Amino acid sequence: MHRLFQFKGGVVLKEHKKDSTALPVQPAKLPPTLTLPLKQHIGVAAEPVVAVGDEVLKGQLIARAGDTLSAPLHAPSSGAVIAIADQPIPHPSGLSAPCIVIETDGEERWRPRQRSVFNFAELSAQELREIIRDAGIVGLGGAGFPAAVKLDPRGHEVELLILNGAECEPYITCDEMLLREHALEVLAGLLMMRHALNAQRCIIAVENNKPKAFRALHEEIQNTGANVELVEVPTIYPTGSEKQLIQVLTGKEVPTGGLPIDIGMVCHNVGTAYAVYRAVEFDEPLISRYVTVAGSVAHARNLKVLFGTPLGNLIEECGGNRRTLRRVIVGGPMMGTAMHSDTVPVVKTTNCVLVESVMHDVPLPSRDEYAMPCIRCGNCAHACPVNLLPQQLYWYARARDFDKIQDYNLFDCIECGCCDYVCPSQIPLVGYYRYAKSEIWNQDAEKRQADLARERHQFREFRLEREKKERAERHKKKRSAVSKAGGDDKKAAIEAAMARVRAKKAEQDSAPKNTDNLTPAQQRQVDEADRRRREENPATSPRDNKAENTQDRPQ
Amino acid sequence: MTLQTPPPPHIHSGLRISHIMLQVIAALIPAIICYTWFFGWGLIINTLLAVLVALASEALMLKLRQRPLRPFLGDGSAVLTAMLLAFCIPPLAPWWITVLGVAFALIVGKHLYGGLGYNPFNPAMVGYVMLLISFPLEMTSWMPPFILEQLEIGFVDTLGMIFLNHFPYGLSIDALSSATPLDAMKTDLGLNKTVSEIMESNALFGDFAGTGWEWVGNWLLLGGVYLIYKRVISWHIPLAIIGTLFVIGSFFFLMDPDTYPSPLFHIFGGATILAAFFIATDPVSASTTPRGRIVYGIGIGIIIYVIRAWGGYPDAVAFAVLLMNMAAPTIDYYTQPRVYGHARGKD
Repeated sequence: MHRLFQFKGGVVLKEHKKDSTALPVQPAKLPPTLTLPLKQHIGVAAEPVVAVGDEVLKGQLIARAGDTLSAPLHAPSSGAVIAIADQPIPHPSGLSAPCIVIETDGEERWRPRQRSVFNFAELSAQELREIIRDAGIVGLGGAGFPAAVKLDPRGHEVELLILNGAECEPYITCDEMLLREHALEVLAGLLMMRHALNAQRCIIAVENNKPKAFRALHEEIQNTGANVELVEVPTIYPTGSEKQLIQVLTGKEVPTGGLPIDIGMVCHNVGTAYAVYRAVEFDEPLISRYVTVAGSVAHARNLKVLFGTPLGNLIEECGGNRRTLRRVIVGGPMMGTAMHSDTVPVVKTTNCVLVESVMHDVPLPSRDEYAMPCIRCGNCAHACPVNLLPQQLYWYARARDFDKIQDYNLFDCIECGCCDYVCPSQIPLVGYYRYAKSEIWNQDAEKRQADLARERHQFREFRLEREKKERAERHKKKRSAVSKAGGDDKKAAIEAAMARVRAKKAEQDSAPKNTDNLTPAQQRQVDEADRRRREENPATSPRDNKAENTQDRPQ
Repeated sequence: MTLQTPPPPHIHSGLRISHIMLQVIAALIPAIICYTWFFGWGLIINTLLAVLVALASEALMLKLRQRPLRPFLGDGSAVLTAMLLAFCIPPLAPWWITVLGVAFALIVGKHLYGGLGYNPFNPAMVGYVMLLISFPLEMTSWMPPFILEQLEIGFVDTLGMIFLNHFPYGLSIDALSSATPLDAMKTDLGLNKTVSEIMESNALFGDFAGTGWEWVGNWLLLGGVYLIYKRVISWHIPLAIIGTLFVIGSFFFLMDPDTYPSPLFHIFGGATILAAFFIATDPVSASTTPRGRIVYGIGIGIIIYVIRAWGGYPDAVAFAVLLMNMAAPTIDYYTQPRVYGHARGKD
């Protein structure tokens, strides 16, 4: 039996997982259009490689990775590109961002694929990572970090690869259903990941509220004899958080500001492992995922959804009423984001669509509108899995004391929402922390800019000073040269200069011009042109204008 | 249809301040019943009066401060402050003592500092100390516990005594009242009697900490344990206060049992249990970090003992709590817990 550890705090939540696990997973209906944001991952946005009007095949590359920390994008279905423009994206701001819009033709014609004939173990780790990168795979647990980057040990010795199937948020069951239906494929994907990382040990962690998923994995591990540990972890939110899961499994903590790889560990989501398997074995890029649709819908369930499908389509498909929506949450009830509109698309990181209707048929018990003052009861500190003092963070966030709030380690907050959940004053604590974090980031950015401006200014001052000095130096030299030459020489020098000027003037006067020797007709044209020019530009010539402009330009 | 877009999390446990306050009030009720059994109707009348005054003061201050009435009147905090203060007032004290104390606690102790959540001092103790130093006579006229065995004093009689200064059987408050065990102990020790002499000579002292009082203490203890079990309060503060009194009390008792009463006397006598579980644990004015709460509790225990043994007052719970209230922010700053991923011993 694997020895387990505990993380501090956490909360036990009502699971609400039964409803959406009753029905088997089925593919969602193909929508008429798919809207694909160019940035569905952490890092740089992808760059389109198709143009409006292009025909695309299912799985065809439509945007390439913008950088190493980026991911390419593929057409989820066949059809035509009808727009590359800003569209609403699933983001808390409700803002729009560049998207590729594909009109589907309903034929689902694949691009040519090569069923792999090789044993993946014969591939080098780098080749494996290239396949994963080119398939556009990012972390499907929620963060959307490009998987190939996270599968590169970059000189670290990877002692432990953890496959995260904890899925601790209420309502969400997409990982559970994936494990129940595709345990073998997930296991295969895990072994590929292990190969890429050259990891010594592998653990698959599943919360103990998913016995069916656990059994499916257990059977496959037995059948295949894979050298993988399967561990059941207690159902306490937020066990599924990377740092907390590492603590539960190993008792170790990821150093603040560091990554798991710093202590020889890497953590991936089970969905990512499945995507890796599909990419390596079937040459399938990441174009769809399992999405849980739960809450105020008649048939809560999991659907296999093509990226770009509008949330509203899924809600309707599961028997929800789009006209009575109150909240549409992408993700779980603890860390998910409430959407401004149900027309935004499913993207790579969308694991759940949680619906609340105004009818309150399946109510999500939310905070009161009116928050009471903090009474410092300490429930929040007790619940915090990171051992922060949320009551102090709140106090300083409210006071906008951004130095003090960093003393209290604001940036170690994982925004899990436990403090908020247990707060008897019903204060939107996570909202305050996000506000404080973004203010600090803004201030830092402003400070960097100010520093840069100051540096530039100082350099300019320095340059002017230097030029002045150099000028003075030159003058001095010249003057001393002239005075050294003595009075007669000075007079001679002036004489010589005057002579040069006279010579030049004479030369100009005698030189022929192209306006000399004109025919009468040409002369008329010239006169005419002169007159026109005077009328159009009575005072200034174009050149003067330009000179003025350059003077106005700020430095 | 516009969708709502609040920040996450999108669910809540449903816990409210009023739930916390109601549990504390509930935990206090067995002790109130026991108190009434030994000392008559005075406490219940005082408590009802205190609650009424507290709600009125709270409403007045909320109006003046232009805050919504409903959430704050319903949060139960004013009621709890009133009940705790009433618990500390002698059961036959005239009505204006209760009214003044509670009004002062709510208006000065709470709302002038910014209301719920912003008061640095425990409002009930602010009210109590104001009364104790302004009206020492009224605040030290306690009832002897066995009086009810000798005299029949009903509810109406008690009302008359509190509101009309009308005493039955031709008695006066001076004739009816006596000192508390702590008070008697202090006085007699001052007369160079030994602790065992004092306790044997006076039935007031009961089995270990005062007839009646020790039983009230037991019921308070039970209520306090219930609060810890329900996680309304944490164990740190009560354990630190009681533990400190036990350690210091034992030390001096073992050194010189004639001059220093036993640690049990300190723990169950006076307001120790009430303070440890119900007063010092007021979250607003107490320390908020786990280690800080222990430091805070030890501080209260030390101050209680020092004032009781060598100070001018027989009991010192209120002073101890108020003094440590002042230190709470500093204690909190220096007792921050180690955050996940930070090296041990640093920070």
